[in-house]
Amino acid sequence: MALLQIAEPGESTPPHQHRLAVGIDLGTTNSLVATVRSGLAVVLSDDLGRPLLPSVVRYLPDGEVEVGYDAQARQATDPRNTIVSVKRFMGRGLRDVANHEGLPYHFDDRPGMLRLHTVAGVRSPVEVSADILRVLRQRAEASLGGPLSAAVITVPAYFDDAQRQATKDAARLAGLPLIRLLNEPTAAAIAYGLDNAAEGIYAVYDLGGGTFDISILRLTRGVFEVLATGGDSALGGDDFDHRIFCWILEAAALQPLSVEDARMLLTRAREAKEYLTLHGMAPISARLNSGEVVDLTLSTETFAEITRTLLAKTMQPVKKALRDAGLSIGDVKGVVMVGGATRMPQVQRAVGDFFRQEPLNNLDPDKVVAIGAAMQANLLAGNGRAGDDWLLLDVIPLSLGIETMGGLVEKIIPRNSTIPTARAQEFTTFRDGQTALSVHVVQGERELVSDCRSLARFELHGIPPLVAGAARIRVSFQVDADGLLAVSAREQTAGAEASIVVKPSYGLTDDEIALMLKDSLLHVREDAAVRALKESQVDAQRLLEAVRTALASDGELLSADERARVDAGLLRLDDAARGDNRRQIMLAMDDLEADTKDFAARRMDKSIRQAFAGRNISEIETVALPARREEAP
Amino acid sequence: MPLPPAPGRQMAHGRGPRCLPERLTRTAMDFAADHFSLFGLPAAFRIDPLLLDRRYIELQTQVHPDRFASAGEGAKRLSQQWATRVNEAYQTLRRPLPRARYLLQLARHDVGSENNSAMPADFLVEQMEWREAVAEARAAGDHHELERLHHRLQRELAAREEEIAALLDEQRDLEQAADQVRRLMFEEKLLSEIDDAIAAGEE
Repeated sequence: MALLQIAEPGESTPPHQHRLAVGIDLGTTNSLVATVRSGLAVVLSDDLGRPLLPSVVRYLPDGEVEVGYDAQARQATDPRNTIVSVKRFMGRGLRDVANHEGLPYHFDDRPGMLRLHTVAGVRSPVEVSADILRVLRQRAEASLGGPLSAAVITVPAYFDDAQRQATKDAARLAGLPLIRLLNEPTAAAIAYGLDNAAEGIYAVYDLGGGTFDISILRLTRGVFEVLATGGDSALGGDDFDHRIFCWILEAAALQPLSVEDARMLLTRAREAKEYLTLHGMAPISARLNSGEVVDLTLSTETFAEITRTLLAKTMQPVKKALRDAGLSIGDVKGVVMVGGATRMPQVQRAVGDFFRQEPLNNLDPDKVVAIGAAMQANLLAGNGRAGDDWLLLDVIPLSLGIETMGGLVEKIIPRNSTIPTARAQEFTTFRDGQTALSVHVVQGERELVSDCRSLARFELHGIPPLVAGAARIRVSFQVDADGLLAVSAREQTAGAEASIVVKPSYGLTDDEIALMLKDSLLHVREDAAVRALKESQVDAQRLLEAVRTALASDGELLSADERARVDAGLLRLDDAARGDNRRQIMLAMDDLEADTKDFAARRMDKSIRQAFAGRNISEIETVALPARREEAP
Repeated sequence: MPLPPAPGRQMAHGRGPRCLPERLTRTAMDFAADHFSLFGLPAAFRIDPLLLDRRYIELQTQVHPDRFASAGEGAKRLSQQWATRVNEAYQTLRRPLPRARYLLQLARHDVGSENNSAMPADFLVEQMEWREAVAEARAAGDHHELERLHHRLQRELAAREEEIAALLDEQRDLEQAADQVRRLMFEEKLLSEIDDAIAAGEE
């Protein structure tokens, strides 16, 4: 298959064209950064050669931040300030977090997203994640030798809009040039599919530290099409640790534990789980601060028994996804295993039994997501070579809708819709003379608003006072290629019009992010102005290259006058980008954008015509119907 | 009432590179074109699903936002609009019910809403019997019976779709076709309720 290799070994694209692009797997337990180098996707290691970065962040009284192995080593002695598995808190309120009573943190429950009290002050999960991402960015920049131009970050396919938005905000805080959020199982499918020239229906079973995803994909030559996805964004390897932890408490008949003892036993539980991957028995011993001594042996059988219900919980979404895709078990050609938790023998067995075939394990389950993300980042950055590319068609995991009278949900975009997608629906007023309408946007599969996740609320004013049911309010949903939603509403009876566009931001306002950005920049002692200038220079370079590439391939679409204006704009931006006046760069970019707007439209038209090229003309001529298109009812 | 005659549509050919931009934009594929023209398919109920899939991939290959991830804002916006448009058209044509409704809509024939009063009494009685059978099987937790109902209903759906195909493509009887489409809407809703019951039983 032509897609197998992105470049010949040892051969790389010329450095001036090669944009530095990375894929980041921001995991519950571990995070990784990978890039495509000389046509091969590689995970970037730290100075000590370690590819994984434990997703652990410790805050110290002097404002210092430890991330990774150092922080992990201190989690038992400084549990309150050492944040583990922060991914579970992203875009979540306290009541959404299972077992939070058992966690050693000082939570602050806020509407939208919880906060954590640390010795260094209050931190949002977005900031904690940004601290992890910043370390990965620095690692990549040091390794690749310059500022990054493009980053793809993976998220669980089952992440809802709030969790995706939180991840995007974290990337912004960390100074990463994010160009796409990519679903983790889809990333794994890319890595697996390209590596094995796979074709057919594949299932990706992704059990991470804190999340579970199942995706069903159709792989055809050069196309990765997600047919359905499902999962549980609060189920993962952590829960298996927790089951062992509970078993220890019971088996050793322990008194209520201190925070430090609890954290230590959780660590012992995790070690036992990992040990059981290769052994039939795991010894668990610990001396607690309370003076109690734990000395137990956990067998594979007991471990399987106490986690049986967790495994059963993963099979429900699997069945649902297959049903949504209109497929049965026999249609699935292979099952790709992703996530460190799939190393557990009982997981392998359960998946094999369900699909009636041996799961595919020939890729490192810890690295496959980062590898796939790096491949996609490389493609999106424009580093792929002609012919060696692929098309990715992904879906939204959960239905989107709005609240209607009586606390019911009117679904506007159903789950598993291919993105980008948009849908509009008309609503009307409930009372005579009603001049405002409250729009409550929710996500989920249940019929009652109270069972779905609330994403945003806004009000539409300026509706002309009419009898109930006479006004026509059109609510439009647009989901972009990152799976993020934008909502607008418009009153459209004659003579009156009001419109509002809402990007839900879940507890973090733009102002808050701006403030955090400032704080974080001060904290790492980076000069904010220098950073901002560097970023706009990178953006300018990206635009310059995009326009130059466009001119090279489709320059004939411009008249001589237009071409001269674009060329002048290019020169101006090129000049500005060499200087250090950020305002001038921004202005020159705006000008060039404006001067190439029509050009972009013509190129798009040309692309679409190309899709028709080679078709039988008579075939096309017979297709026409009245051109005016009515909106679907 | 017959389907309206198809006015000839000109696709520009033999265009040299020196063409004026205004002309190019006018002759290009129209954003507001109907779904069938967008995929270069004849506007009919019976379609070649493999050809539809292929055209869909061909179009997305050209317009998908992933192709424009490093482009300017204008191109990104356009790409999102186009990719959304292509997805919408594909979803409409891919499945029989939305495709039939869309054909009727193109012919300016109102299908009407899922409104009981518009349906004949014998059909409604039949629907009630179906619903009772589903409710009983559900209450009894009879998974096997639900599966049986699912397959029986699917056979009825297939027969109904054949009928709609004949009415739309050969007889061009929009009145009758709309009536059959309304019945199909009831039956698809029923099918999804059976599927929900099956799903609930599995959990």
